[in-house]
Amino acid sequence: MYQIVAEIELAPNIKQFRINAPLIAKKCMPGQFIVLRTNEKGERIPLTVFEKDPGEGTITIIFQEVGKTTKELGRLRTGEAIQDVVGPLGTPSEIRNYGQVVAIAGGTAAAVAYPEIKALKLVGNKLITILGARSKDLLILEEEMRKYSDELYITTDDGSKGHHGFVTDVLKKLVADGKKIDMVLAIGPAIMMKVASEITRPFNIRTIVSVNPIMLDATGMCGVCRVRVNNEMKLGCVDGPEFDGHLVDFDQLMARQNMYTEKEKESLHAYEAKMKK
Amino acid sequence: MPKQPIVERIKNFNEVALGFEPDQAIMEASRCLQCQDPQCRRGCPVGINITSFCGYVREGNFDKAISVIRESNSLPAICGRVCPQESQCEAYCAMGQTGSPLAIGALERFLADYELKKGITMPSIAPITGKKVAVIGSGPAGLTVAGDLAKLGHIVSIFEALHTPGGVLAYGIPEFRLPKSIVAAEVDYVKRLGAKLETNMVIGKIFTIDELVEMGYQAIFLGTGAGSPYFLSISGENLNGVYSANEFLTRCNLMKSYLFPEYDTPLIVGKEVVVIGGGNVTMDSARTALRLGVEKVHVVYRRSEQEMPARREEVLNAKDEGILFNFLTYPLRLIGNSRGWVEKVECGMMELCEPDETGRRRPVPIPNHSFTIDAQTVIIAIGQGPNPLLSKVTKDLETDRDGRFIADEWGRTSKRGIWSGGDVATGWADATVINAMGTGKRAASSIHQFLTTGQW
Repeated sequence: MYQIVAEIELAPNIKQFRINAPLIAKKCMPGQFIVLRTNEKGERIPLTVFEKDPGEGTITIIFQEVGKTTKELGRLRTGEAIQDVVGPLGTPSEIRNYGQVVAIAGGTAAAVAYPEIKALKLVGNKLITILGARSKDLLILEEEMRKYSDELYITTDDGSKGHHGFVTDVLKKLVADGKKIDMVLAIGPAIMMKVASEITRPFNIRTIVSVNPIMLDATGMCGVCRVRVNNEMKLGCVDGPEFDGHLVDFDQLMARQNMYTEKEKESLHAYEAKMKK
Repeated sequence: MPKQPIVERIKNFNEVALGFEPDQAIMEASRCLQCQDPQCRRGCPVGINITSFCGYVREGNFDKAISVIRESNSLPAICGRVCPQESQCEAYCAMGQTGSPLAIGALERFLADYELKKGITMPSIAPITGKKVAVIGSGPAGLTVAGDLAKLGHIVSIFEALHTPGGVLAYGIPEFRLPKSIVAAEVDYVKRLGAKLETNMVIGKIFTIDELVEMGYQAIFLGTGAGSPYFLSISGENLNGVYSANEFLTRCNLMKSYLFPEYDTPLIVGKEVVVIGGGNVTMDSARTALRLGVEKVHVVYRRSEQEMPARREEVLNAKDEGILFNFLTYPLRLIGNSRGWVEKVECGMMELCEPDETGRRRPVPIPNHSFTIDAQTVIIAIGQGPNPLLSKVTKDLETDRDGRFIADEWGRTSKRGIWSGGDVATGWADATVINAMGTGKRAASSIHQFLTTGQW
């Protein structure tokens, strides 16, 4: 069992948990993730390690309550425990000095991008960060991002803060303005990563994305997270989650992400009905 | 052996084979000829003294009988159920030459179940030696090594990547063939022998092999299995509705998707299912799909029935349950609909030519001959290889072309102090539970010798 030692509500339905997991805290690198299972009847879901504190023996995760498992997880309180936490999983990000990096992060994926942005900054990269959300109240990690960024752009889909539009609009403008960009890190919904990759492709700008396929064991034994990269089959859980955005088949990724949409609704409805009783 | 009636069993996940009653076991054991030079024992990869335990069963002394089995086998309730006895102990039974061989597996199972019901008598455990052993993987190979070494007084830690121990026994073999309560009881037995079990530990990620050495483990056994599924590399393989057998079975067995939404892990199966392959995993997938309420389950296998590597009994069970077999058939491509879901499997036909290096007749495609089978779910069960996770981070450990650890007959790898056995090690074409246990047994005796003498 893995105890929750602190909880914060970052935004409506977006929560941050600090979890006691000393071994993972010692080993985890930027780009890696954990898989957790809330209880005996639970499913296994992947979540990025947002921060680690090896001294305290804790890792921090950030999640949005979107379905049954994340809602159930969100009901847990400090002092309570998560049944299973396994990690670190996945291949760590390639952290080196690229020069000028543009990092774009949409929605809760800001929590996925943050450890890498921080690491890239600490090895000497110049960071332009574009942080977006659907609206102002769903925007998370603005202060943390500002700390590690040389420039920070905010976008909201509804225009309630910063640029009215998408993170990719700002990227497009930076590219069009001829800004020197050595690497783009795009982390967020698959469609955003696809658009970002299309923006940089004609300019041949190295673009790294973090794919988010469905996962089960996340140790390479089932293949549900398979992604077509450069026409080869890769496993998101072990070969990734980061790949060259210009080589990823995003359409297939998106189709496969939707595989269980109906079942997910069914599970959530059953849970909500149970909670009402 | 009595079985659940077909019409009932295809609607549930309860065990199909019901097992002997005591009088049936005594009657069956009485058929044993008590050979002077018994061949059956040679056919058993862990060398159980079969004539001896049958002798005790005949006398009704079940306690003594199971203790004879326990001397050689830590997991009899599992082996009695899933061993391919027809090609092992029972294949060598003298009775088989004139009639049906002694039902050795069924007797082993009877005794193990008898013992589980009344409570297992623990064997004596040697005084603590203070030597630390790490066992990576809690499948049949790892459990055997852990059990044997714990009995000898060594300090054993088992590291398991998944949240539930047992390896393929937990995630692969379905409930209707191997109840998970039986697996849990056998794992519990190994823990009661003194082995410590740590789940959620992906070795290679959380610790490397070298770190385990630094942590004071004087011997390490790698029993990480062959859990990396092979895909077909044909068009349409990434369509929705296409599963590896590992994924399909893990969802059902480990995550209990058949109890969705009581359990959270979903699974989608259509009315028609195609399973590709001819091994036990194929049979398990097909029969699992059937129990999820599917109308038609087709098995597509590129050779003929005779070459199928699946256990004979399970092929017959599958046929009885209404699984449809397409022999000498192979998938050309998977065809999807506009929403990205699989709809049809286009198949080609094969004919058998001269035998290949495995001794089986090689299938060769017949040109210009194809047909389609409707399927909203396709399960790929064409085999699996070792997971490269561990070998990738352990540079000085030699592997073969398929990524298996090169190990000698005692399980010793190219690295001093590291052993390997089961499906992840070389030399085991026959990837069965009992062979994994056999390699585990030999590795355990080699590890014990190393720990006590320092001889490699």
